[in-house]
Amino acid sequence: MKKYTKTHEWVSVEGDIATVGISDHAQDHLGDVVYIDLPEAGKSLKKGDVLCTIESVKAASDVYAPVSGNIVEVNAGLDSSPETINSDAEGAGWIAKIKLSSIAELDSLMDLEAYKKHCEEEG
Amino acid sequence: MPEFPYLPQTEVEIEEMLRAIGVKSIAELFTDIPEKFDVDLSIPASADEFTVLRDLKELSQRNSNLNDLSVFRGGGIYKHFIPSAVQRIAGRGEFLTAYTPYQAEISQGTLQMLFEYQTMISELTGMEVSNSSMYDGASACAEAALMSVRINGKTKILISQAVHPEYIDTVKTYCFGGNIQVDEVNFDRKSGQIDLSDLKSKLSDDVSAVIVGYPNFFGVIEDLREVRKAIPENVMMIVSANPTALAILRAPGKLGADIVVGEGQPLGNPPYLGGPGFGFFASKEAYIRKMPGRIIGETKDGEGRTGYVMVLQTREQHIRRNKATSNICSNQAFNVLLASIYMSLVGPKGLQEIARRSYDKAHYLAKRIEKMDKVRPVFTGPFFSEFVVEFKKDLSSLNSKLLKDKILGPLDLGEFRDDMKNHGLICLTEANRNEEIEFFAGRLEELE
Amino acid sequence: MTIFDATVEGRTGFRLPEEKSYGFEPIDVLPEHLLRDSRPELPQVSELQVVRHFTGLSRKNHSVDSGFYPLGSCTMKYNPKLNEEAASFEGFSQLHPYQPEETIQGALELMYNLQNSLCEITGMDDFTLQPAAGAHGELVGMLLVKKYFELKGDTSRKKVIVPDSAHGTNPASAAMAGYDIVEVASNKDGRVDLESLDRLLDESVAAIMLTNPNTVGLFEKDICEIQKMAHDRGALLYYDGANLNAIMGHARPGDMGFDIVHLNLHKTFSTPHGMGGPGSGTVGVKTFLKELLPVPVIDFDGQKYRIVYDLPDSIGKIRSFFGNFGVLVRAYAYIKTMGSDGLKRASEMAVLNANYLRSKLVELIPTAYSGICKHEFVLKGTKLISEYGIRTLDLGKRLLDYGIHPPTVYFPLIVDEAIMIEPTETETKETLDHFAATIATILEEAKENPELLKLAPHTTPVGRLDEATASRKPKTRWSKGS
Repeated sequence: MKKYTKTHEWVSVEGDIATVGISDHAQDHLGDVVYIDLPEAGKSLKKGDVLCTIESVKAASDVYAPVSGNIVEVNAGLDSSPETINSDAEGAGWIAKIKLSSIAELDSLMDLEAYKKHCEEEG
Repeated sequence: MPEFPYLPQTEVEIEEMLRAIGVKSIAELFTDIPEKFDVDLSIPASADEFTVLRDLKELSQRNSNLNDLSVFRGGGIYKHFIPSAVQRIAGRGEFLTAYTPYQAEISQGTLQMLFEYQTMISELTGMEVSNSSMYDGASACAEAALMSVRINGKTKILISQAVHPEYIDTVKTYCFGGNIQVDEVNFDRKSGQIDLSDLKSKLSDDVSAVIVGYPNFFGVIEDLREVRKAIPENVMMIVSANPTALAILRAPGKLGADIVVGEGQPLGNPPYLGGPGFGFFASKEAYIRKMPGRIIGETKDGEGRTGYVMVLQTREQHIRRNKATSNICSNQAFNVLLASIYMSLVGPKGLQEIARRSYDKAHYLAKRIEKMDKVRPVFTGPFFSEFVVEFKKDLSSLNSKLLKDKILGPLDLGEFRDDMKNHGLICLTEANRNEEIEFFAGRLEELE
Repeated sequence: MTIFDATVEGRTGFRLPEEKSYGFEPIDVLPEHLLRDSRPELPQVSELQVVRHFTGLSRKNHSVDSGFYPLGSCTMKYNPKLNEEAASFEGFSQLHPYQPEETIQGALELMYNLQNSLCEITGMDDFTLQPAAGAHGELVGMLLVKKYFELKGDTSRKKVIVPDSAHGTNPASAAMAGYDIVEVASNKDGRVDLESLDRLLDESVAAIMLTNPNTVGLFEKDICEIQKMAHDRGALLYYDGANLNAIMGHARPGDMGFDIVHLNLHKTFSTPHGMGGPGSGTVGVKTFLKELLPVPVIDFDGQKYRIVYDLPDSIGKIRSFFGNFGVLVRAYAYIKTMGSDGLKRASEMAVLNANYLRSKLVELIPTAYSGICKHEFVLKGTKLISEYGIRTLDLGKRLLDYGIHPPTVYFPLIVDEAIMIEPTETETKETLDHFAATIATILEEAKENPELLKLAPHTTPVGRLDEATASRKPKTRWSKGS
């Protein structure tokens, strides 16, 4: 099950582990990603907290935690190959795995259809 | 209406332009400013070039300039030989009147020059990364303190009292802004180096960095290896260095420095009453994203041609705003150009010879002074080209007498510290000819 | 090719006088671990090689001396040669900062007179010449604010308000002084929205930073109301002087009620930008802040100019020595040359040039805001995307092929696809006409062959560079064999 936020993160859940990244739409908007200030595993976050910052050549954008929980793993490969976010944002370009503290939070997120509509409305 | 050489608009053109805009007068272009603000500036009226130059020449001649003096005074700004080619090439309008290289395609001259400069600073400091300049040595030192706090998140800076007093004060002012505590560490009264036991006693979990001079304000060379040993690994060592001395001293990067800064003026920049020179700023590669200031990197264009661009701009204020690593925008690029030309001309052997001669001459004079009755060398630590001497008589009246002989004598340290009354800091460089040194030594013998 | 690639072992561009060595060697005294273990890899080249190398580099630069430079917010006006001449006098350049006062009376007089001139031009009561750049001046200003409230015992003010159209240095400087930043929105006319300001301005606000005229080139007409609101609620008002070039002799920030002002001598007062510096960001204050200025200050006792360090409430030192003195000499020469009449005239011609160019360009690209502008104006490039599929960036890059420096693009942030143009007063009508005609030509090209713009520039020493790779794995120094 994959869901999206208004701030352009995606989250995909298996059991109580949520894999989180930024949407393909968002990476396209950002342009060439040059650096990700990766979060530290073990840190606990509330939904809406800043998860990390993604930098392109001329912008730095905050990525927000789509769900609350504990970071159990980060995608360390992004450190040396941040361009993976551009080539495969919703796959190999995942940022962190979060152990969910409340599965109910997912209900407020959008599915793909609703997200596409949201992007169109934003322009 | 007087004519202004910098204002090209003729009366006829002004009429034409106003018509195109659709207004009747220039005054109409200012109607958005409330009338009550209108003001007649009470400063003298305009003048021609020749009158202005005459007046400024006259004003400049009311100063005694270093070309007419034997200079034995340093303290952060040094008189060195500067080859004529430095000013002559740098003066080209394409360097002088260009802006920050935001448009890389038409700024390759600036960008490549800064890239080459960064390489030279990396070489001298033994650090992996250099930025393309800060305002001066003091502000570079202060920015290094802030950077250490950004990296390790601790909140206290320890600074040796033997660092240049103006740098200490600047670090304190910047840290006042950043709500960071600054504690001073004593220097050893015998050696003139940082007092390692006082340093150790002041260490605590919240210490972010220790700042030392290399050589320090008294000209004494700190043993950076011992300083590094005295502090835990998670405390940064910030070194404020004299770039000329680095030509013969072990690079701070090889002795465990995390950040190396300093005043770049000795590298081909005229003294200019202390500014503009530039601050150099170098660090370990691991910290590059926490560095302040512009950094230039090499890359390629679409056709595979090598070119240079500003890199990691997301650290900077124009993108990151209040989350930037620093507010610095304008830097001292033109002064860096002077330094780059200078270092290219003198080369590795030239710079080492300049440093060696400064050392040689200073040590000779120190030996001469040791033999004099009423003066006493103060510190036993090894020194580079400056050393402190205690005079038995009043130093300021001695300096007045020396000035009559066209000698700019020792810097009076009593002006900086109450406990160093009649202590003079004597400085020599390669620009002090041997006969000048003999004359100065002779006058000291007579006057004391 | 870099200068390092030209190195031939043993070559040099330098010779020292023949002199007898006294025989003192570092190796006799210093422990081995403090002696340099390898020679610094500086270039080894002849003097002519150095001259050709740097002359070659200079030719790859655009500059005010070589062509039009309408870079909004940067005031790229002509840098008079007489200023350079004056700054080169050895009586200015060959001074040591620790010379006795009596041997630098000329330099101190120059600084004292410059302080007074800047006071008069801005309507402030005192000035410090020390800050090395505009941002440095802003930091000094924010530290003055901090110190002022600290001395008053008011510790509740933690915020500084800046408009959303502000230069990036404003929030960055306030943050360095320890303040939290609050952005106030601009209204649809491009000016500070008074209602929003009213809501934000409470007892927790220490200062408001404003640029006037603001970064879209409009005079903040409501400055009197803003001033009253700020002072009624105990906040100070800070003036970013980046745009003073529009209003000299027409209005003074001091009369508008600003408490602290910084000026960019390298903009308004014609000192060269030098590829990014040195600048000078002098700071003026009203009397109640005078005792807080950084040390030293320059004073005159009627007979002698004096350097004063004894200022117990000072924020302290913000750099070494006296500031960028060489820059001060140039600015002083400019003020002497232009005088009261010339400075006013310069502002008038800057505003005339801007409005004239605006009237020509508005037929081609819509402006972001209507009405008369001051020294600069902002166009809205969104039409380029919708009509031709090209971005503002592409237009700018194509201008390079015509030998013109692009305007500032994508700033201020409140205008989409912003194109910010500041022609300055020193450009001729022909240059402005040529610029407008060039924009028209480029728009024609965009219609017929948008690829030409997207791939521009075509005639520069290099094309668009791969900035992404450069920032992913920065190569910041030359190394052998690479």
